[in-house]
Amino acid sequence: MNPLLAIWSGRRIPLAWLLLTRQPVRLAVALAGISFAGILMFMQLGFRDALFDASVTVHKMFNTDLVLMSPRTKSSISMAGFPRRRLVQTLADPEVQGISPVHWNLLLWRNPETRGTRSILTLGFEPSDPLFNDPALTAKASLLTQKGRVLFDERSRNEFGPVASWFRQGRTVESEVSGKRLRVAGLFAVGPSFGADGNLLTSSETFLSLLPNTPPGSIELGLIRLRPGADPEAVAKRLRRNLPKDVIVYTRNGFIEMEKDYWRTSTAIGFIFTLGAGMGFVVGCVIVYQILYSDVSDHLPEYATLMAMGYKLTSLLGVVAREGFFLAVLGYLPAYGAGVVLYGVIKGATKLPVQMDPDRALVVFTMILVMCMGSAALAMRRLGDADPAEIF
Amino acid sequence: MSSGPDQAAIQLGRPSPPAIEIAGLSHWYGEGKMRRQVLEGVDLSIASGEVVLLTGPSGCGKTTLLTLVGALRQVQAGQVKVFGQELAGSSRAERQQLRRSIGMIFQGHNLLRCLSAEQNVQMGADLLPGLSSRARRDQAREWLRAVGLGDQLHKLPHDLSGGQKQRVAIARALATHPRLLLADEPTAALDSRTGRDVVVLLHGLAKEQGCGVLMVTHDPRILDLADRVLRMEDGRVVDTASADSVTAGALAATEAGSN
Repeated sequence: MNPLLAIWSGRRIPLAWLLLTRQPVRLAVALAGISFAGILMFMQLGFRDALFDASVTVHKMFNTDLVLMSPRTKSSISMAGFPRRRLVQTLADPEVQGISPVHWNLLLWRNPETRGTRSILTLGFEPSDPLFNDPALTAKASLLTQKGRVLFDERSRNEFGPVASWFRQGRTVESEVSGKRLRVAGLFAVGPSFGADGNLLTSSETFLSLLPNTPPGSIELGLIRLRPGADPEAVAKRLRRNLPKDVIVYTRNGFIEMEKDYWRTSTAIGFIFTLGAGMGFVVGCVIVYQILYSDVSDHLPEYATLMAMGYKLTSLLGVVAREGFFLAVLGYLPAYGAGVVLYGVIKGATKLPVQMDPDRALVVFTMILVMCMGSAALAMRRLGDADPAEIF
Repeated sequence: MSSGPDQAAIQLGRPSPPAIEIAGLSHWYGEGKMRRQVLEGVDLSIASGEVVLLTGPSGCGKTTLLTLVGALRQVQAGQVKVFGQELAGSSRAERQQLRRSIGMIFQGHNLLRCLSAEQNVQMGADLLPGLSSRARRDQAREWLRAVGLGDQLHKLPHDLSGGQKQRVAIARALATHPRLLLADEPTAALDSRTGRDVVVLLHGLAKEQGCGVLMVTHDPRILDLADRVLRMEDGRVVDTASADSVTAGALAATEAGSN
């Protein structure tokens, strides 16, 4: 016989399913509790991941395979300089196709409307370099060849002034950075991160005029583009071996992870949001345990009857386990749906890059499953009280 | 269907291992000073296909005897053999396995509230190995028809009368094809007429199935349906008689108000 058919014809009364569905109020309460816990976990983990992702939106802009940095650099808010000639040295490697030096610092931007200042992440580079993944941005960079021009991040926080809206209205937007007058030549979109409330792109020449005390030949970031088909790991290993210890080589991913790691380990953000998700988990556990425990208690004589009929204790434990599983699946679905909707709402309101991500969807499902199965396992202990001798 | 309500009856008194053989069975509840003896050396034997009623005042140990025979309790002293299998010193798994061959009908019917009549009966049939789910469902329906509930298949226990619930419970017990039926006051919750109908039904079906029946009852109206009536008092079986002679006595006792 077809094995599927065999399973179908071997099926028993779906007791777990009927226990749940024939008590709709209890089921609704349970599902509301589980969904609530799931939504809480989706929100907390979503915020956490979004904040970490936002911290590397700038890092992800770069079209690069490897990066060179100072070993003193620990994060994007404290980029230390290193000799530019180290970057030039990498050209000796046959796999290296091109390099781009980048200046990177936080400078004070004066709000053109309120005249207040606020620090803004400023990158300086050669406008002709193919620096960015986004070809439109690379094209815009040519506007920076003229000295004193900047590109302004339109998704910067509002505290920097209504730069983007003024610019779109066709006004000439000028402001002051580090005491020097600059003109906004165009807009780009990245968004704020932990370290920077806003972003500014400019040419190396303009950048150095803003920071005249920069040691000559010192840069903060070196981008290294490899020949197509080259193995970044292998080249990185070779460069590490050949370059002096005053620089450090990262792959693109290593560069991104270093930044995320910094915020993960040096701030309480990861802890706070993980704790929030953990609280959702605990709340869910309590609700599911309460529901399953009272369900088992209410049906204790019936379970005892089944034992008297010759049902094994293990098959009754299976009934409770299946109830837990059904609750997990049924409670997860609305939580997932609400998560997708709320992520959209949050993205619109906070400009944070928050969206449903398969990994997180799986993590939350796993947590809900653990929550329901763990509670079911605890509720099962009540089944030990089902004494078939007591029902006569 | 290879077996079922239409199964050929096993003749009464045919030489086969007795359904129940009890020798010197004693049982105590409690510990230490609170220890109280409820059964004192019960000897009893019930043949396959025999219908035996057990009467006696409450607290005399009838229910304890049922739970011991039904493999629901560990035997403390004495011997209990069910279908020749010794229950003294049996493991939990052995007792659980044995219970599959014993049909039990409880005073409180104990139907699963969330299941329809048909599903309740199928919970019994589901214990039978090697049958497809359709065959098990068909059996459940057939049993319900046999107890006269063929038109109530999809009702929940909540929507059934007391007598109907008890009949569903009987159908459930019979659906496991038991070789022994144990019933504890199956008529207690029923009016006398329904009560008698239920027992007549039970009696008839049991005879057809050829299984032994041990039924605790206080209901004098059904004593005439028994092959034997046993009377228990203070943990002992004090009186064994054929049904006819007891019926008159019990009726008299009932009328005297001692029951």
